[in-house]
Amino acid sequence: MKEIVILSGKGGTGKTSVAASLAILAGPDAVIADCDVDAANMHLLLRPDFKESSDFYGGTLAVINSDECTSCGLCLEKCRFGAITISRQLYSVNSFECEGCGYCSIICPVTAIDMVPRKTGKLYISKTRAGNQMVHATMEAGAENSGKLVTKVKQEAKLIAGENALPYIIVDGSPGLGCPVVASLSGADMVVLVTEPSVSALHDLRRVSRVIENFRIKTVGIINKSDINDGKVSEIRKFFEKEGIREIASIPYSSEVAMVMARGLTMSESGEEQKKVTEEIWMKIKNELTLIETDK
Amino acid sequence: MKIVFTSTGDKWDSLIDPRFGRAEYLVLYDEESDSLSATDNSAVKNEAHGAGTATAQKMYDLRPDILITGNGPGGNAAAALKNLKMKIYVNAHDLTLRKAYEKYREGKLAQL
Amino acid sequence: MRLPELNMTKNKTVKIAVASGKGGTGKTFLAVNLASLLSETSPVLLADLDVEEPNSALFIDGTEGQVYEKYRLIPQWDEKRCVICDICSRSCNYHAVVRLGDVIAVFDKLCHSCHACSELCPYDALPMIRHKIGEVRQIYSGRLTLAEGRLNTGEEQSVPLIDQLHKMVGCEIEPAPVQIFDCPPGTSCPVVAAVKKTDYAILVTEPTPFGLNDLSIAAETVKQLGIPAGVVINRYGIGDNAVEDWCNNEGVEVLARIPYDREIAVMTSEGLLAYNHVEYLRPLLKDIFEIVTKRIDSL
Repeated sequence: MKEIVILSGKGGTGKTSVAASLAILAGPDAVIADCDVDAANMHLLLRPDFKESSDFYGGTLAVINSDECTSCGLCLEKCRFGAITISRQLYSVNSFECEGCGYCSIICPVTAIDMVPRKTGKLYISKTRAGNQMVHATMEAGAENSGKLVTKVKQEAKLIAGENALPYIIVDGSPGLGCPVVASLSGADMVVLVTEPSVSALHDLRRVSRVIENFRIKTVGIINKSDINDGKVSEIRKFFEKEGIREIASIPYSSEVAMVMARGLTMSESGEEQKKVTEEIWMKIKNELTLIETDK
Repeated sequence: MKIVFTSTGDKWDSLIDPRFGRAEYLVLYDEESDSLSATDNSAVKNEAHGAGTATAQKMYDLRPDILITGNGPGGNAAAALKNLKMKIYVNAHDLTLRKAYEKYREGKLAQL
Repeated sequence: MRLPELNMTKNKTVKIAVASGKGGTGKTFLAVNLASLLSETSPVLLADLDVEEPNSALFIDGTEGQVYEKYRLIPQWDEKRCVICDICSRSCNYHAVVRLGDVIAVFDKLCHSCHACSELCPYDALPMIRHKIGEVRQIYSGRLTLAEGRLNTGEEQSVPLIDQLHKMVGCEIEPAPVQIFDCPPGTSCPVVAAVKKTDYAILVTEPTPFGLNDLSIAAETVKQLGIPAGVVINRYGIGDNAVEDWCNNEGVEVLARIPYDREIAVMTSEGLLAYNHVEYLRPLLKDIFEIVTKRIDSL
């Protein structure tokens, strides 16, 4: 069983589009894990049926028991986030501001404050229109993504792949550089970096490469919208060479693809040329994976 | 030598857990006494953040000379483990602990 | 004796956030073009709160002003005072302070600066010290001031820097009558921190299922903060009408529709201000501003 993680650093480069296209091509051979939970989009292209769902709890929230509270005000004094409010002698916690540090709970002289698990989202296990199982999640507005949620999504995906002896897990990774990205990466057999030739994407590409460096995972690259800036494309290629990242595709911008995706279809279901491009990408990825096998 | 494996179970036949921070178990093998003991690390999964450092803290209680794992610890965990001055071997995924140990003895595991 | 005329607009500042659920929809494009255009006739402050990846400066040609170093407080272990009682590591909910053998290690990336460990330590062995998280710099171009927040690579938390930048407006940063805040993408904590001090949020989206999906989450977030919002549909024409239909159904105002225009895309990828070259953008941007100020005034 091989795990493929698709990352980009910056949003909007086409990471999810690529992941979805691969999901369509892989069909029932793959389990899909959508770890881009802050702005989950895969479901729009794969149309999962949201069959099973469960609540997800990430982090904790302080709750003041008003029966036990003596209004001493110590929690208000100590809270660094302005999360304790008083209204008519009644102390309460503002959940938008509370960061779950637990200091108030420790310091309360009458132990009137508890730290309770905070529901930050929902986890789903679905079947997609491509015939594959998909694990995905939605987050409450304003909630913080976390390595924990990403890990849970991947864990469920792994269980399903194991139970059904499926060869591939395709992970739509988290954007950014922090804990959720590390969680997206850990356990992966290959990283596919999707970038585009713009100043901001290149900047983020460099930063996310540094995160990947800590792990020793084979990395390949895809340059999306490759025809909008030749100068930047060369910069990307120089960077790939320096880092030992093999470029497996460069895809020119196509308004046709944008329109096709707006209708909820992926690149691999678009015109003949697009289809060929994505099929080649999937083939190259599978080849690279077998090479890793022989290295072992 | 004392060896710790990141593991999905507590036996020699269990599979290596490729992750460090959220590994299910830390299994310690003491070569001298030929004994295997497991520390349950599954509670760390419920931590939203700081799994790497929480697990690293456990390693200081175990004090192994060698760590055998899959991908290798992430940034924070790696920094936390530095003072243990132990050797870390990676790429043991999809192997049982027994097989991983054999490969380590044969010099076939990559060292970080 | 004649009473001096009361010019209400002189004392009133307008704070507009430019946000989007999804990355890559054209949020920065809108913020820099709008801010630059308005600065032709009024002092404008453009604050770049996308501190992980601030891009606005790429579009502004100006002279650099003062650079401010920004810090947050994190604990530092004083070995001499410590008796390894372990109270600190037990009080840290983030595993940022951990006992590794006979050493107390502090992981600044995980620390949320709650001060619990430091204040609970019976031996004063964890004083809070300044830890640099990034910088705020100002760039002046005509009547436009760009205040850019930039998080140091290696720092993972945007919120402390975003909060500090907001606080600087009115102190180190001149409070211009028109203030535009380029926000981080997404819908989580950094966006909440960026948007919550503003009077109105312009949500930039694209007419696709992706755009709609993220727009609805962003709109919900902004609504929970009690901030009025309107939508700009960028790359209009590449998709379908679902976003417009949603706006109609939810009673969210569509401020403008910017057509998909390859010229705009190419200019923007090069760091150029498209409104200087693409004629129809001028009146379009002016209209957005007029509608937004009318809505703010009517509150």
